[in-house]
Parts: sequence; C-alpha cells; structure tokens
Amino acid sequence: MISIQHEVERQEVMWKPTATLENLRQRANLIAKIRQFFAERDVLEVETPVMSHSTVTDPYVVGIPALFSAMGETQERVLYLQTSPEYAMKRLLAAGSGSIYQINKAFRQGEIGIYHNPEFSILEWYRPGFDHHALMSEMDDLLQLILKTPPAERLSYAELFERQLGFNPHYATPDVLAACAKQQKIVISSPVVERDVWLDLLWTHCIEPVVGQERPIFLYDFPASQAALAKVRDEEPAVASRFEVYFKGIELANGFHELQDAKEQASRFNKDLAYRARHGLAERPIDQRFLAALEYGLPDCSGVALGIDRLMLLALNCERVSEVLSFAFEVA
Amino acid sequence: MAVYTTNEIRGGMKVMIDNDPCVILDNVFVKPGKGQAFNRIKYRNLKSGRVVERTYKSGDSIEAADVVDVDATYLYSDGDHWHFMTKESYEQYVMDSKDLADAKQWLKEQSDCLLTLFNNSPLAVTAPNFVILQIVETDPGVRGDTSGGGGKPAKLETGAVVRVPLFVQQGETIKVDTRTGEYVSRVKE
Repeated sequence: MISIQHEVERQEVMWKPTATLENLRQRANLIAKIRQFFAERDVLEVETPVMSHSTVTDPYVVGIPALFSAMGETQERVLYLQTSPEYAMKRLLAAGSGSIYQINKAFRQGEIGIYHNPEFSILEWYRPGFDHHALMSEMDDLLQLILKTPPAERLSYAELFERQLGFNPHYATPDVLAACAKQQKIVISSPVVERDVWLDLLWTHCIEPVVGQERPIFLYDFPASQAALAKVRDEEPAVASRFEVYFKGIELANGFHELQDAKEQASRFNKDLAYRARHGLAERPIDQRFLAALEYGLPDCSGVALGIDRLMLLALNCERVSEVLSFAFEVA
Repeated sequence: MAVYTTNEIRGGMKVMIDNDPCVILDNVFVKPGKGQAFNRIKYRNLKSGRVVERTYKSGDSIEAADVVDVDATYLYSDGDHWHFMTKESYEQYVMDSKDLADAKQWLKEQSDCLLTLFNNSPLAVTAPNFVILQIVETDPGVRGDTSGGGGKPAKLETGAVVRVPLFVQQGETIKVDTRTGEYVSRVKE
C-alpha cells in the first residue's frame, strides 16, 4: 500500500521534458546549420556575459535582477540577466571585431505566454558596412535555409498599416487611432494616452496575427518614436532604419541600421529614464561602458536579434514555444 | 476586495468587469518586442451569459468577484419563486423563476443542484450532469422495435421534452444528460 501511494505522489511531480526528444534532435540539427551558415560567411562566433552590471533603460523591456556577493562580502550587488547581448556585442565591434554572431540566452521580466518564455535563446549578429536592407537580404537567405520558405515579402511599416487598416500611421493622431481601434471592435479597459501605445494596440490586435501567412514578411522604416537603437533618417516623415520579421503571425526578429552617435544615444537613454520616472517604473543605471564604446567609435553596421525558440517552433510546425524547449519555465 | 493582476488571471477565475460578475475563459499575452504588452482576456458575463473579449495593459489589475458555487437541494416552487437550501449550512435561498434559465426543466423537489452565489445572493442554478426522471407523456412505440433508431419526443415529470427511442414507454423512468438534453438509458425502478 505504501509503495503505491508513493508512486501516485511521484507521478504528480512534472519532471519530463516539455519538448519531444525528436524536436530536440531537430533543434540541434538546425542550430548546427545556423553555425555553418555563419562559418561560410566568415562571421566570427563570440560569447558575451549573460550577467551584467547594467541593463537596458527601455520601459517595455525589463531585465531580471541577479544578486551577487564575493566570498566574505556581506553586501549583495544587484546585477542583471541580459535582455539581449546588444551592448556587449557593440563594444566588441567598436574594439574592431568585424562581423560577429552569437547564440545565447536572454531573459525578460514578466514575459510569459504561448510565444514567450522568460528565458529564451537569441541569435544576434552584426555586419559592418551593411545597411538594414542588406541585412534583411542576408537574413532572408537564413530563413529560406531553416524554414524552407520562398523569399520573404518586404513592406514599409506605413505601407502595411495602409494595406491592413487604410491609413498612414505616421500622421494619425491618437484620436484617429482610438477611433480605428473602436471600429475594429477592440475594447481596451486600461487608459491609453500615448500615440505609440495606440499603434502597439492596433499592431498586436489587427496586423501581427494576420501578416506573413504564406511566407515571411520584413517590415521596415518604423516611426521615429519607435527607433530604439536604430538610426533615424531625417526625411518627411522621419523614420527609423529599423526592421522586424514576421512569419505566420509570429514576430521573429528585430534589426537596426545601428545608431553610432553617442550623444544621441545618451539622450534616448535619458528619455527612457524620464518616461520610467513619469510612470512610476524602477530607475535603471545607464550602461556607461556601452556609451564609452560609442564615443570611441562604432563602425557603420547593421545588427539583428532573432528568437531561436520561435524559429524552431515555426520550422517544426509547433503551436507553443514550450514544445521546442527541453524544460519550459513551468518545469524549469 | 482582492484583485488579480493580468498575469495571474486564469481560465475559471471569477472577476468583476463593469460591475458584473464574470468568469474568465481565456487570457492571451501579446507583446511587440519593443512595445507595450497587452493581455487579451475572454470572459463570460455571469448575469447575461454573453461572451466578450477585452484588452488590458499587462500588469493592470482586475477585481475578484465574490462568487462561489455551493451544493444545494431544490426544495419547492410557489410558481414565481423557487426555494433552495444549501447542504452544508442549511441556509435557504429564493430565486425568481425567470432567472433559473435552463436548470428549471431538470429539477424536481428534493433534487440536488449547484447554486452559484454572488455577494451571497443566488446568481444561477446548475442541474446535476445526469438526472433521473419519469416519462409522463409519449406516443406508444411500434411493438417489437428495439433498434433505437428514429426516436420520438417524450415529456418528463418536470416538463422537459427529450427524444427517446421508440421502445421507451410512458410511465418509465429514464436517465438524461442535462448538458446536452439527451436520453442516456432506461432506469429500472
């Protein structure tokens, strides 16, 4: 009797992998293919720290803290698990590394869902001398190799908004965006003031779920207010040299023709911190080592970060990222 | 009052939305890589029965609803009002006949049922998944038909009408699945 009871209790502890062993084998094959892709193009594989003294200031991307104390030290120091290896890789570029790539883990506070695991694998690479269009072409080659898809579609952010919702997003006021959300039968219970939040709402509800059903789609030239770390081109309207990639309604990657101007970068960080203060979000230390590297000089380059787990999900026709992770967050 | 944040919300939770008690059906997290995260929450309004979808910024909170399901016995009806008593505390509750909806046709006096209480007032009644009731009216079947094919309407002692096989006769007792309204089997007294 006792042994049976014991067995019943054991069964309730979830210890098995969330991915099938077949998916894990396929995953390993595809990652070997990715490494070969970069080896053939003479892009150097690098490793940068997963744990850092600073983190991003971005109000919508939040690092997970980690506590460290040296032996004998009583005070714990707050470090952060990286949200992406971007700053460290740009420091390598400034130091003269040339083309580099890396496959490693990134962490984001609060992000959990069918396409989000708080800890995830990222493929990030940088190409000196490429603008964002040249990098999109290289990434398209990689997607065709891994996903066996036809060449991707390319559209600007404005063209896609016009196609799906019938207006130019660069000139739409918050009132116009709110009216469009209403017309699309989106009921939002939280107060929304900022134009960019309205754009994000329409994007996630009306555009993201339907784009790139047959083949991947590259979207480029985002509103200047959503530049993040991309160069902004002083045109009419001003747009950011930033792109994203979607396939079957899933966001796969985000890339920039990288901002090189240290002053402009510092001012964007300060804007983020001001936004954080206004909205009662935690203060974040600015990464001074990254800014110092920009001051020294970042070569003209483009870079992109791609979610490996989502790429695997799409390549293996799965429905949720847990199916391509050995142990998803719930059982990690 | 207790609150749930959007990331704690799971299917089955009872919450207050627009001052109505609602049950959560689904909660999907969506987020542009560099933008605002949202939760798309689907729920059923427990008063109207309507299924609605709403979006919240992730991290916002929703008030919990004081909604509980308790085992009860249906006592009797005086026409307009139905009287119930909870099994554990023997507390009595009264509901308007018009608020009983589907459950009404399956309950006879002394039947078990599930009473949903909102702020300690009855909100809804759910009949057991299976009930055993007598047929009070049905056409005589064709003699010798045991195939079960076809079927005919039969009126039960509670007033419900279900389709039964031709061989089932008036006066017999049958088992019915209240979720589908379908005949399951004959029950020997």
